[in-house]
Amino acid sequence: MGILTKALTTAAIATALMTGGAHAETKRIALVVKALGIGFFEAANKGAQEAAKELGDVEIIYTGPTDTTAEGQIEVINSLIAQKVDAIAVSANDTDALVPTLKKAMDRGITVISWDSGVAKEGRLMQLNPSSSSLIGNTIVKLAADHLPEGGDVAFLSATTTSTNQNVWMAEATKVLPNYPGINVVATVYGDDLADKSYRETQGLLQTYPNLKAIIAPTSVGIVAAAQAVTDAGKIGEVNVTGLGLPSEMAGHVKSGASKSFAIWNPIDLGYSATMIAYHLSNGDAKAEPGAEISMGRMGTVKLDENTEGAMADPFTYDASNIDAFSSIF
Amino acid sequence: MWKSREAILALAVLALLAVIASRFPAFILPGNLARVFTDTSPLIILALGQMVVILTKCIDLSVAANLALCGMIAAMLNGMGVPLPLILLIVLALGAALGAVNGLLVWKVNIPSIVVTLGTMTIYRGVIFLLTDGKWINAHQMTDGFKAFPRTSILGLPVMGWIAILTVIAVAVLVNRTPLGRAFYAVGGNPHAAVYTGISVGRTQFVAFVLSGALAGLAGYLWVARYAVAYVDIAGGFELDVVAACVIGGIAIAGGAGSVTGCLLGALFLGIVKNALPVIGISPFWQMAISGTAILIAIAFNARGQGPKGRIILKQAEHRA
Repeated sequence: MGILTKALTTAAIATALMTGGAHAETKRIALVVKALGIGFFEAANKGAQEAAKELGDVEIIYTGPTDTTAEGQIEVINSLIAQKVDAIAVSANDTDALVPTLKKAMDRGITVISWDSGVAKEGRLMQLNPSSSSLIGNTIVKLAADHLPEGGDVAFLSATTTSTNQNVWMAEATKVLPNYPGINVVATVYGDDLADKSYRETQGLLQTYPNLKAIIAPTSVGIVAAAQAVTDAGKIGEVNVTGLGLPSEMAGHVKSGASKSFAIWNPIDLGYSATMIAYHLSNGDAKAEPGAEISMGRMGTVKLDENTEGAMADPFTYDASNIDAFSSIF
Repeated sequence: MWKSREAILALAVLALLAVIASRFPAFILPGNLARVFTDTSPLIILALGQMVVILTKCIDLSVAANLALCGMIAAMLNGMGVPLPLILLIVLALGAALGAVNGLLVWKVNIPSIVVTLGTMTIYRGVIFLLTDGKWINAHQMTDGFKAFPRTSILGLPVMGWIAILTVIAVAVLVNRTPLGRAFYAVGGNPHAAVYTGISVGRTQFVAFVLSGALAGLAGYLWVARYAVAYVDIAGGFELDVVAACVIGGIAIAGGAGSVTGCLLGALFLGIVKNALPVIGISPFWQMAISGTAILIAIAFNARGQGPKGRIILKQAEHRA
């Protein structure tokens, strides 16, 4: 950075700070992300800007460290405290390391919430989870059922037998199965989150169950490997691969038709909701306490549990119509 | 004696196929066997390289990391528009260079190979992360030609399977018909005697590592093209499968003994088990235990086949002392 640029930046920051003071009625909400330059968080910022526009009197400060470290985030948060922002919404790099700094922020009257990746209870007013296990469990079955009007055999391709997330999601999915008549789960296999084992397990499924209509893989490694195995077996159109995956990783398989649709949380909605919640909490028109319901604009409301955590929504469904827009984001 | 051990292993493979066929007959259809062989190709290719290294009393734990790094580079080169033949040459050369790093450290710095390759294993994985920031290269970011080459079917067998067959033949010729091949056995069988016959132990081990590395590089491209995805953790833990295939195949871990046929059968045995378990409806909770038991049984067989221990000829002298 040349001296001139430095001087200009300083001037710009100074002006920004002064104007910030002048518009005291404008809420300044800081969106602190794990690191700058990550597509997922850039998309969340997009959502936050959308919320700011809708609310009118909100200015978003999108910031974060240059690499995903807790130290970097602490530094960023300290500078936000110095700037006296109204609210901080953070996706944390460490559950515990940020707590003292965030406590300091709350002591100064700043509204602190965490979203996506949470911080410990004492370091925030509430945590916004992208979704909940029961919503995810329901969504993955629905994804398969939507393309099987007459029902049919489906199988789960999971990560390892001991993966907590996947096991909880599949247990929730099994609970809602009675709501989807005709959907018949014939097997659950484990690809251990290895591309080759997942591929082999999928081939095994295709051989063992010739009538298989869908494979549900709630794991990003598994869904890609299963889609490739179905493509190689020439069963595109016969067997639909669905589950949880990332748009950038699944784009090719959605275009080839191996996967008609899949789901994952939508970062735009997440940034939008986090901003809405931070705004309402900071304004005092909502309180973060167990059982409270906080409005999230177009996303409805979030209900907090005894740990003051809440789930935003069903995972967002991606298909041929929107995959291109999202595959460049994350 | 070698012949009979391989015969036993071959019988074990056939017996395994028979058991599988009794529960899932479609498994032994020619088309499916070709599929299983193709699926086992990376294991065969890597096991052959590993065999040569083990023959020289060393071990190469970095093969899977080498595979992952070369595979990632292949995918990245493909993204830059480099033509496939050139990519193949580059991954072979790069794999050989990565193997040469292991070889040089073993040869010139005299570090035990297990330590060297444990270190380079982590380093090579780390390099992939540095190159990619942990990002994936996905199916739609690879050209169709890149993905299609290993799948192209010639006489019913995909190119990937043919490459494994060619590798088997090439390594068999190298090991059995060239002075270098005999040197591998000599260095592992009796390093001191090898020195007296004018064979450089370190240099031979170096060559073995280069060969193993080059084969890992080749397998790297095949792996990435086949599964149409490249990321840091591909083939994680695969080095253990490779060593297991060698051990099942009767390659003596102490060096100096083993054959290409044994190695091939060992890899096939593991490959068949891996492919059969998903179709014969065994609970996934048992799968690992079954794979492990198969390895132990095979090794127990091999240990029995090691022949009688040396006789104590000075028992009386021992008593006197």
